[in-house]
Formats: sequence, structure tokens, C-alpha cells
Amino acid sequence: MCGIVGLYTKNPAFEQRLGDYLSSMLIEMTERGPDSAGIAVYRNPVPKGATKLTLHHADPNYPWPQLAHDLQEELGDKVGIEVRGSHAVMVAHEEYPVISAWLHHHHPEVAVVSVGDKIEIYKEMGLPADVVNRFHLRDLKGTHALGHTRMATESAVTTEHSHPFSTGLDLCLVHNGSLSNHNRLREWLKKRDIEIRTDNDTEVAAGYLTWQLREGASLEEALEAALKDLDGFYTFAVGTKDGFAVLRDPIACKHAVLAETDDWVAMATEYRSIATLPGADKAVIWEPVPAQIYSWSRA
Amino acid sequence: MIEIDLDQTTIRDLNQRLHRLPADTNERAWHIFNPKGRHAIAVGLDLPITIAIDGHVGFYCGGMNKQAEILINGHAGPGVAENLMSGTVRVRGNASQSAGASARGGLLVVEGDTSSRCGISMKGADIVVGGSVGHMSAFMAQRGNLVVCGDAGRSLGDSIYEARLFVRGRVDSLGADCIQKEMRAEHLEALAKLLDRAGIRANPRDFKRYGSARKLYNFNVDHAAAY
Amino acid sequence: MTVDPSSLRPSHSFPPQVIQEIHRAADQGVYEIRGFGAKRKLPTFDDLVLLGASISRYPLEGYRERCDTNVVLGTRHAAKPIELKIPITVAGMSFGALGAHAKEAIGRACTAMGTSSTTGDGGMTPEERLSSKTLIYQVLPSRYGLNPDDLRRADAIEVVVGQGAKPGGGGMLLGQKITERVAGMRDLPVGIDQRSASRHPDWTGPDDLTIKIQELREITDWEKPIYVKVGATRVTYDVALAVKAGADVIVVDGMQGGTAATQDVFIEHAGIPTLPAVRLAVEALKELDMHRKVHLIVSGGIKSGADVAKALAMGADAVAIGVATLIALGCNRPVYVEDYHKIGTEPGYCHHCHTGRCPVGVTTQDPELEKRLPPEQGARMLKNYLTTMTLELQTLARACGKSHVLNLEPEDLAALTVEAAAMAQVPLAGTNWIPGRNGY
Repeated sequence: MCGIVGLYTKNPAFEQRLGDYLSSMLIEMTERGPDSAGIAVYRNPVPKGATKLTLHHADPNYPWPQLAHDLQEELGDKVGIEVRGSHAVMVAHEEYPVISAWLHHHHPEVAVVSVGDKIEIYKEMGLPADVVNRFHLRDLKGTHALGHTRMATESAVTTEHSHPFSTGLDLCLVHNGSLSNHNRLREWLKKRDIEIRTDNDTEVAAGYLTWQLREGASLEEALEAALKDLDGFYTFAVGTKDGFAVLRDPIACKHAVLAETDDWVAMATEYRSIATLPGADKAVIWEPVPAQIYSWSRA
Repeated sequence: MIEIDLDQTTIRDLNQRLHRLPADTNERAWHIFNPKGRHAIAVGLDLPITIAIDGHVGFYCGGMNKQAEILINGHAGPGVAENLMSGTVRVRGNASQSAGASARGGLLVVEGDTSSRCGISMKGADIVVGGSVGHMSAFMAQRGNLVVCGDAGRSLGDSIYEARLFVRGRVDSLGADCIQKEMRAEHLEALAKLLDRAGIRANPRDFKRYGSARKLYNFNVDHAAAY
Repeated sequence: MTVDPSSLRPSHSFPPQVIQEIHRAADQGVYEIRGFGAKRKLPTFDDLVLLGASISRYPLEGYRERCDTNVVLGTRHAAKPIELKIPITVAGMSFGALGAHAKEAIGRACTAMGTSSTTGDGGMTPEERLSSKTLIYQVLPSRYGLNPDDLRRADAIEVVVGQGAKPGGGGMLLGQKITERVAGMRDLPVGIDQRSASRHPDWTGPDDLTIKIQELREITDWEKPIYVKVGATRVTYDVALAVKAGADVIVVDGMQGGTAATQDVFIEHAGIPTLPAVRLAVEALKELDMHRKVHLIVSGGIKSGADVAKALAMGADAVAIGVATLIALGCNRPVYVEDYHKIGTEPGYCHHCHTGRCPVGVTTQDPELEKRLPPEQGARMLKNYLTTMTLELQTLARACGKSHVLNLEPEDLAALTVEAAAMAQVPLAGTNWIPGRNGY
């Protein structure tokens, strides 16, 4: 049970203030989600052949530069690292499976929060305003971002249980609602080598989408399949490299509002988040209908 | 005209002030600015005063209203005019879900569309929608009238009791125990009056009437499939 | 030729009652609907005992040495919390399920005892408000009779998410009880079978409940405590979420909780017993550092001062009684025995509230039957019962050395069975063993 926000910019001027605007949207959703908060930002695309990872460790003094240095030695190529709070964004000129194997072997204590060309995910326990400050989210520039504030329903309040959940390269999921068949799905997905670390229902949904995409489905096909295979109440927002998608379940009790101006497209659980954006009072506002996929992308 | 800027005044102060007005108050016309999607604006009122709100409101605007005339110059979030008792709530834009939920009396007008569950559990109010309504509208609607000038989403009037539904456009599907019914002279007359009160121009003859088949009123095993 | 009875072998899986029920289903094609609470055997407070005074602990003398029973509920946000003289309240039961005499009797008795009564799934009657000094007003999924004037007349507001008898189900009242008065209050046609919603019409989920609670506070100018009531299922999550949604008081109703009418399968097979529900609720509150700040009322099969003492020892702030209240008013009393026979039962076994033919005039709308329960007489009987429960509670609390009943604590308890020890997280008598702790 939560608040979801999403912002997609339509022009470069707006990209400069992406983090600032999204942070304000996120903080409006504090009452819906006082337990933890997180955002996924799409920014600074890495060159072809390189990979960007967001890593997390709870220790505020974790020696990130040392880790980057060690990987650099291993790869024989420069590895960049940018530390934000308890997370670090690392860029290496290598494919993900190689980096993943190295991390597993040498630094199993570090959690991989997101992987891709553009995506970065920051998430932690605490009030949205605190999470925004800890990660300096207002400074971030980028093309689009999703955010989530969490009121935990059935699983624990930890960083690992916070949204957004990364489901694959440049892919992430935020969810408002409560699934009812996620426990069986979790077992089923684990048998198919989808890694699911927590008892959180959203992580199962994220894993389900990853599995669908791995099997060759497009994002639209994966979401259509989700309508059949996932049971319960949900509003999903999925982040992709080029944009985002929104889907509500057929019963559609969990709210969602969409809004669009010449500068942006925004999505939120409640209008008051959208009201914080410049030009909101002139925006076209509508509600997504149930069981219908809405998507925006730059392609 | 009393002007209230909700960026300066809290919802709580506004509502308390409105609740404390004496019956003979001369503060009868209120203009509210910067609602910005805030919740519970002008709830629980009980005087024949007018409130105009410029902008979009959040959840439950005008909830449990008695006597007052509330005008929303924008869109309304979920549960607008929930449990309306009397008076009028008018939304110039669209309304989110559960508009007029369990509304018992008075008039709710939405000039635009509503999303799902418009008039859910309604108990005697009149609801007039200039546009379309979403799925599960008039779910368990007990009493009152729902008028839809546009289309209705699936499962209209599911499990309906005695409320009357008038829809001009397409109905995606009817819910359990809801059937189309004959439009007779008294219905055309009642509908004309409703449209007139709502200030919406439409020809009653273009509408179809829907209501309860009353087969679920006392359980009969042969109707078990309807459950 | 007679059959030798010792050659008759009943089946454990298909005993006579099950066989009879299957025959009934084959005849009628519909689930059985009835009143009362779960009748099956369950772990209850009876499986716990209190550790009275000994050499290490000293008791209080009766009468002279005070054992106070007052409790204040709902101090978290409300300007006017609920002050009760005893920690025993009467649970929500509708006018419709109960007749007007019963509701008035309850109101009078509660006023005399300085405790609260609660409206139910039919709205507030004037008799109830007049007779009950402290009245809790329920807001249910059906919203029958809900109006802002009653909200303002109430002393507290109880948002009902569910009840122990049917967690996840809505209200039910059969046609024979939908009289003109009941129909008028509920805006339904007379004589139909009432179908009710199981979800609230304008909110779903704790994030939206937060906003709904705020609306209710705004309508009542933040004066009144807001209770949230759940049937006992996922108690840990529900209590945490109710706290996060802003509740001042949480009511947890175990599966033994009664109803005037619902499907038998619901009553017997959904929800967890009150015993583990209390423990889970208290743990959830302590986890959030909200124990004794957000207050806890528990209900579901509470029947004596001993149950109250044990519930308080486990950490509840108060209890609510439903079925026990009706029994005090005469339910299942061996009088008008012919009328019990007419509805197919005997005193002591009756669960036929749904028929509206209550032989003692409690759960009926029939004025002739209601005459059997004059309100003053009912009030006296209920007051006697509440007084008895309070005296029993004080007796046990004094024996444990407590000058206030809220000073009872889990360490004052021992369990008689392994199940009760596990559910209540209290040691099995004679051992230090609490199943599940320290790897055992």
C-alpha cells in the first residue's frame, strides 16, 4: 500500500530539473508511504559495450573506490564510481554477466540494485523527505524517473523490500496494491532461475515481467500476460530505457492519475503529487482505465 | 464573498470555520483557491451556503454535505460528495471513482466523465453525469436516480436494488440482476426534471432505462449463477 | 428386530451432523445460514490460568484494598477520548439483527455500568443514543443509515473492516427481519434478503483508509476517537497498518465472534481464534512502540471475568462482548420452550437469530416476541452480568497482587496445553517451555 509517482520529460530544459520535480512529487505521497521510499532515474547513458550498475551496502563507510579500483585491475579498463548515500553508481566497460560473476565472487556483501545503460535506483527506509536528502535526489538530471513511497502491507520494512524493483536491464517496477497469489508464483519463478530475494509481492511481479521478457515477450505482451497470471489489486508503473508504462488490474480499486502538458507526462496515485509540477493547472488530466496498458517512449 | 487560499489556510481550519457558522450567518458565499488536490475540502457542511472551489480537488470533496451548494471548477478525486445528504455538488470537470458513493439525497452533477463505481451503494440521491461513467457504476444502488448522458462501462447496476438508471449512450454490459426496462411517461417526466435541475440539455427520449430484475431479492437456487 | 447399538459405528469424517448437512445441501442447493459464533472446539482463554499470590507475590484484600478497573481509550488524536469505568464494552450489533428493546436494554445497562455500547450494520436508533451514555458508531461497507448528524452525536467512530465471524464478508439480514422500520433505516425494500458489500465503497487498502479516517475527523472536527475493527486473520499486518492509517483504537475480533446471520462455512472456517489474535495484536503494537498509546479492544467468545483478566494480562486494554451480551439478555434461556421447538431447536443449542423468531425477544423484529424482553428487565439482567464479570476480574486481579486490572501482565499466566502455550506465547505450566522460543 503506497504512493507511486512517475515523470517523463518531453524537452531538454525540463530534464535539468527532473530530480527536483520528482522529489516534490514523492514527498506529497508521504502519508501513503511513511516506511520507505525509492526512485529510479534514467540518466547519463553509458557507451555501447559498457554497463552501469547501482550498488548498495548498509555501511556508510563502505570503501567503494577500493571496489572500483579492484574491478578496474581485473578488467584492465577504467571503472567509474559515484557514491550517493548508501548507494554507488558504477560504470564499467564490460558486459553485465562478467561483472556480476566478479562481484559474486569477490564482493558478495554488496547488493546489485539496478543494471542497464541509463537506469539508477536509489531506495531506503525512512520518510520520503529524508530519502530525498540522503541521496541528494534533487540534483539529478535525466529523461524520466519513477518513484515510490511504501506503507508495508505484508512483508518487512527493509531496504531490500523497498521499491522500485529492478527486473532486468534498464527495467524497473513500482506497485501500489496487494497481490494474492504471489507465493505460488515466487516458487514457480525461482524454479525458472529468476532470482527473488524477499517475501515481497512486488518483487514477484517484477520477477514475472523479467521472466516474460527473457522468454521473448515485448513489454506490452508481458503486461498482457500479467493481467492473466497475477491475482490481486495493483497499479503498476514500469520503467524502461526509453520511457514508462502504466497498468491497472481489472477491478481497479487502486488509484492512478495521468497528466500531460507540452513539457511532461506525469503519473501519480493522487493528483496532489501532480499539482506540484509547473503547468499542472493547465495539464490534460485523465485516469487510466482498468486492464489497459499505457506507455510512453522516446523511440 | 469570503476568499480562502488553501496554500495559506489549512483544510482543518477551513472546515472548522464552516462548521461553526451560525444558522443566521451572513458569510454565505465562499471562494476557495489553490485546492491542489487536497482531500476532505468542505466536508460535513450543514448550511445553505455556497462554496466555489477553483482548481482540482482530492478525495471526498463535499463529503456528507447537507444543504450547501458546492461548485468545483476543476476535476474531483475519488469519493466526491460521498454520502451526500442534501444540497448540491457540481463538478465542472471529471470525477474519479466512487463519485456519490452511498449518497442519500441532494444532487450531484458531474459535467465531464466519472471513472468506475459512480453511484456505488447510492441510497436516494440524484446523480447526473454529462459524460460517461466507468465500470461497476451503480453497484448495489439502493435508491435514487443515476443519469448518464454518455456511455456506461461494464457491469452497470450490478446487484442493484431499487435505484433507477437512465443511460443515453452505450452500455458495455449489465451487471447481475440489472435489466433494461420500459420508458413510460412518468420516467420521461422524471428524467426531464433531473436534466433540468442539473442544467444539462438532453432529450429524455434518447435515454434507455435500467433497473433491478428483482430476482436476487430472495434467494432461489435456480439463480445461483448470478452470484 | 432391534439393532444392537454397540454394533453401530459412527464415522469420524462423516459423523451424523455432517451427513445431515450434506442431505440439507442436496435438498436446498444453498449454504446454511445461521447466527451465533463458531461452535467448534478451539483453543481459548480457558487453556490459560492465572498465577495467584504465593510466597513470592502478595495478594490484595478484597473490598478495602482497591482494585481499579477504569480505562481511557483513544488518547492518540481525539480531543475527547472515551473514559470507561470498566474494561468491558458491548460490541457492535445492528438494530435489525437485534430488536429495539434489546438495543435499549444494552444502552441502559452500559450507562449504569459506565461503559460503552456500539451501533451495528443498520445505523443509530434514537433509543440507543438516548439510553447509552457512551455510544460508538460504526461505519461499515454497507453504509446503511450513515449520516453526519449521527457521526457528530456519537462518542467515537468505528470503521469496520471486518468481524471475526466472517472476515472478508459483508453484512447479511434475511427478509423476515427486514420490517418497515429496518427497511426504512437501511433504504431497502421491505421483506427482501439483504445482500451487503464486503468492501467499503469509497476506499480500499490502508493507504486510502488513512485518507478516509482524515475525512471522518474533518467532519467531526477532530473531537472523537476513531476505532478500526478487523476480524482476526493477518493480525500482525492489520494492526500495524491500522496504526499507520491513524487509528486511535484497534478492535480485533477472533473467529469465535458472533453474527446474527452468515454462512456457516464462514463462521467455522475463516479467521483465527481470539487467543493468538490478542498476542499478535499486542506484539504488533509493541513493535511500533504503540502499546497503551493506540488502545486495543479484543472480542470473540469472551464470556467471564476470567476471560477478561487473561485478555488484559496478555496486553489488551479492554474487551467487547457480543454473544455473551445476548445470552445475558435471555438468549438460550429455557423458557418458551415450545417456540424453540417451532424453529427446530432446543434451549442451549439455539443459533437461529437469522430466522427473526427469537423465542426470548432479543434478535427479532416481531413486536409480540419483543414483549418478552422489556427493556428495563433486560437492562437489569445485563447490568448484573457485567457486574459479575467485573467482580470476577477484580477477584483474580487482587489475587495476583494488582491494584489496577491493567497491571496484569503475561508473566501472570501459565498455559495448560501446548497449543495455548504456543498461541499465547506463555509457558506451559510446570515448565519454562514456550513453543517456538529459543529453537524449541
